[in-house]
Amino acid sequence: MVSVRTLTRRQISLFALVLALLLLYPLFVKGSFPMHVMIMVFLFAMMGVAWNIMGGYAGMFSFGQAAFFGIGAYTSSYLLMTYHLSPWLGLLAGGAFASLAAAAIGIPCSNLRGHYFAIASIAFAEIVRIHFNNWKLVGAAEGLTLPILDQSLKNFEFHSSKAPYYYILLGFLILSLLVCSWVSTSRMGFYFRAIKESHDLAKVVGINFVRYRLAAIMISAFLTAMAGTFYAQYILYLDPESVLILPISVQVVLVAMLGGSGSIMGPVIGAAILLPISEGTRVWLGPKGTGIDMIVYGTLIMLISAYRPQGVWGLLSRTDRRKA
Amino acid sequence: MSAAPLLEVQGITKRFGGLLANDKISFTVNQGEIVGIIGPNGSGKSTLFNCITGFYRPEGGRVLYQGRDITRLTADRICKLGIARTFQIVQVISDMTVLENVMTGAFLRSPSKDVARTKAEEVLRFTGLWQKRNMVATAITIPDKKRLEVAMALATEPKLLMLDEAMAGLTPFELKEMLTLVRKVRENGISLVIVEHVMEAVMALSDRVIGINSGRKIVEDVPEKIVVNPEVIRAYLGERYHART
Repeated sequence: MVSVRTLTRRQISLFALVLALLLLYPLFVKGSFPMHVMIMVFLFAMMGVAWNIMGGYAGMFSFGQAAFFGIGAYTSSYLLMTYHLSPWLGLLAGGAFASLAAAAIGIPCSNLRGHYFAIASIAFAEIVRIHFNNWKLVGAAEGLTLPILDQSLKNFEFHSSKAPYYYILLGFLILSLLVCSWVSTSRMGFYFRAIKESHDLAKVVGINFVRYRLAAIMISAFLTAMAGTFYAQYILYLDPESVLILPISVQVVLVAMLGGSGSIMGPVIGAAILLPISEGTRVWLGPKGTGIDMIVYGTLIMLISAYRPQGVWGLLSRTDRRKA
Repeated sequence: MSAAPLLEVQGITKRFGGLLANDKISFTVNQGEIVGIIGPNGSGKSTLFNCITGFYRPEGGRVLYQGRDITRLTADRICKLGIARTFQIVQVISDMTVLENVMTGAFLRSPSKDVARTKAEEVLRFTGLWQKRNMVATAITIPDKKRLEVAMALATEPKLLMLDEAMAGLTPFELKEMLTLVRKVRENGISLVIVEHVMEAVMALSDRVIGINSGRKIVEDVPEKIVVNPEVIRAYLGERYHART
């Protein structure tokens, strides 16, 4: 696996180059839409990386990431509106709540594998969505409209430019990548991969698979909730239809699968391919274009699963694997 | 002064519905001993294995390890206490290299990656897999996978190693290598329980052999006596051949 070896000099310089380009992007691209597209790429890249920790490494195929995303968004927004709590603290609270929700679903599902875990995760996310849709405290189906505050880093609100959002989210994405890289190269990452292979095998090398599966799902939920809080502060409005629906969960899985699950950079590549397609068709084709992105996704996913199950990353790092 | 047995199995009983898979089986394994378990297909050997290692909950009886009751413990706890096992159908982590597989085992006693790697490399040299350490686990041959499974088990630093048909399907040369490995393991102070159909291996390795048929222990003796035991011959070859002897 590429992930376990130390990076080559070429890979490091490639990453540095990409990072430099990303840092310079807002200085040269002024339009609101190109900035928005990049922000959506980062958002789903981050959620894809978070999904990858539980799905790609530990083999828990969650189709319910929207629940964690929504819990993060709702927690920080509710705390901001009711108690004027800083969204930055709300971010941590959202992560904590999402992790608790993850534990609540993770413990009863600790023996479920493959398709069964996927089904359970969909059911869980739908329960959360329906609950929020009827929960008066958080605005039920009307949702929450966040107060417009002075723009500042402290308030986590920016009105004149999207660039600050861009840089904050790039920071979150890098943090997620660091967490994923740390997890995947540590003992925990080895244990996740053993659990993904087989629970029986994990047990005979002394792994408490219930505990490690719980760790995977809680870390993933925390990062996904961070993305949720960001999204709430970015759009300044949320309702169940915008943060808790199944298509968000599906998009997260697609991003990771297309890019390459089980590799650190895979979901980033997946997001960089898919999000411009979905945002682009949405804008260029208007309401008539709804679903075009899904046709493109569908085709891509079929091609990938038929010819390169390791995803686009597998395609790129093919020669690296052969050398081993 | 006689030390307490390492493993004491007392009257293990396991049912699957109406089928009595293990019927009050008892035996002991002493420190440094190799105990062989033989029996026809479906006689309950693997079930017994699973009851001892925490994969099944027996309905009756107890398993004592170093005098401690481990009957109700989970498989990972039992591994932590020092009983490692392999599977009849070989299991390795397919997207890892040979070295990474063994490191996964070594992590049990050494949370640090560097220490786990050093430990794994030592085990790879010991088991003769050093040359193949950087190969992906799916790319190695079945005999090597069996060896790898043993290596993963050894990396958890067990006091008792339980092998479930580790010799099945090996060529005579591979078998000889495996026998050498098992002897080396014992020389390192690890006791073994081996479930085996390959009589050549059981006879050559075991200090004592336990014969099981239809879920019951039918015999326990030294290898030389096992092969001429009428009960064993009846179980394996049927009434007719038994009558001829």
